[in-house]
Amino acid sequence: MVEWFTWVQVAVALIAGLGSVVLGLLGRTPDDLTLGAALLVEVLLVVQLVVAIIAPGVGNPPTGNLLEFYVYLISAIIIVPLAGFWALIERSRWSTVVLGVAGLAIAVMVYRMYQIWAVQVA
Amino acid sequence: MMPTTTSRRTLGIGRVLIAVYAVLAIAATGRSAFQIADRFDEAPVAFTLSAVSAVVYILATVALIAPGEVWYRIAWVTIGFELVGVLVIGTISLFAPALLGLDSPNPFGREATVWSAYGAGYLLVPLVLPVLGLLYLRGRRPRAAEAL
Repeated sequence: MVEWFTWVQVAVALIAGLGSVVLGLLGRTPDDLTLGAALLVEVLLVVQLVVAIIAPGVGNPPTGNLLEFYVYLISAIIIVPLAGFWALIERSRWSTVVLGVAGLAIAVMVYRMYQIWAVQVA
Repeated sequence: MMPTTTSRRTLGIGRVLIAVYAVLAIAATGRSAFQIADRFDEAPVAFTLSAVSAVVYILATVALIAPGEVWYRIAWVTIGFELVGVLVIGTISLFAPALLGLDSPNPFGREATVWSAYGAGYLLVPLVLPVLGLLYLRGRRPRAAEAL
């Protein structure tokens, strides 16, 4: 993983997540803004996947377990579209909150992925 | 059978609850599958419990979504099981980690599970969620659910 790109992802996912939770609680149904934010989070995850595939070959190998890393990354890539489909099918304010919850989960997962890649505590 | 505003609200919050359960189910399944595949010998008891908790989270997610009396009961049982699990395993993991074959009570360590230290590694969501789940179920009888 690339460190600055990790923080970009965490920041975008956090802002998208918190923003959608707040907008949802305020009564907004899923719209271009909240769905677009989720889409941006997903695009960054796909870029991360490409980065993760290339990085070990160009002198940036993971210090932790690569399998564990990919379990997180693939789960993260699956979670966002699930929340997105939900938002498209059920257009209620709570779907916006669900989009936000997904974003917050992604922020935590990306941070954890970075730990696996670069920081070994145990 | 028009749902009142209150019950509609409860139902809406239920949607969020289901979403969080789904995320937790994915998290627990992913982690336990990886731990069992990679390092089962290190803490077989803890990792087996981890896998059990993953299955229960999946069941609870389905039970919250599916309508009817039977699924409603399954939701009660699975969510109740989780509350007991996180309290019992959380306590053991903190005060007697050796019982679970764990070297340390660290909820972020390589042997940590979703229930370690009351779910501290998951922002305590595993501890809070069953309580919210049981409160939600109390306000949502199967009759009300069929009015969907």
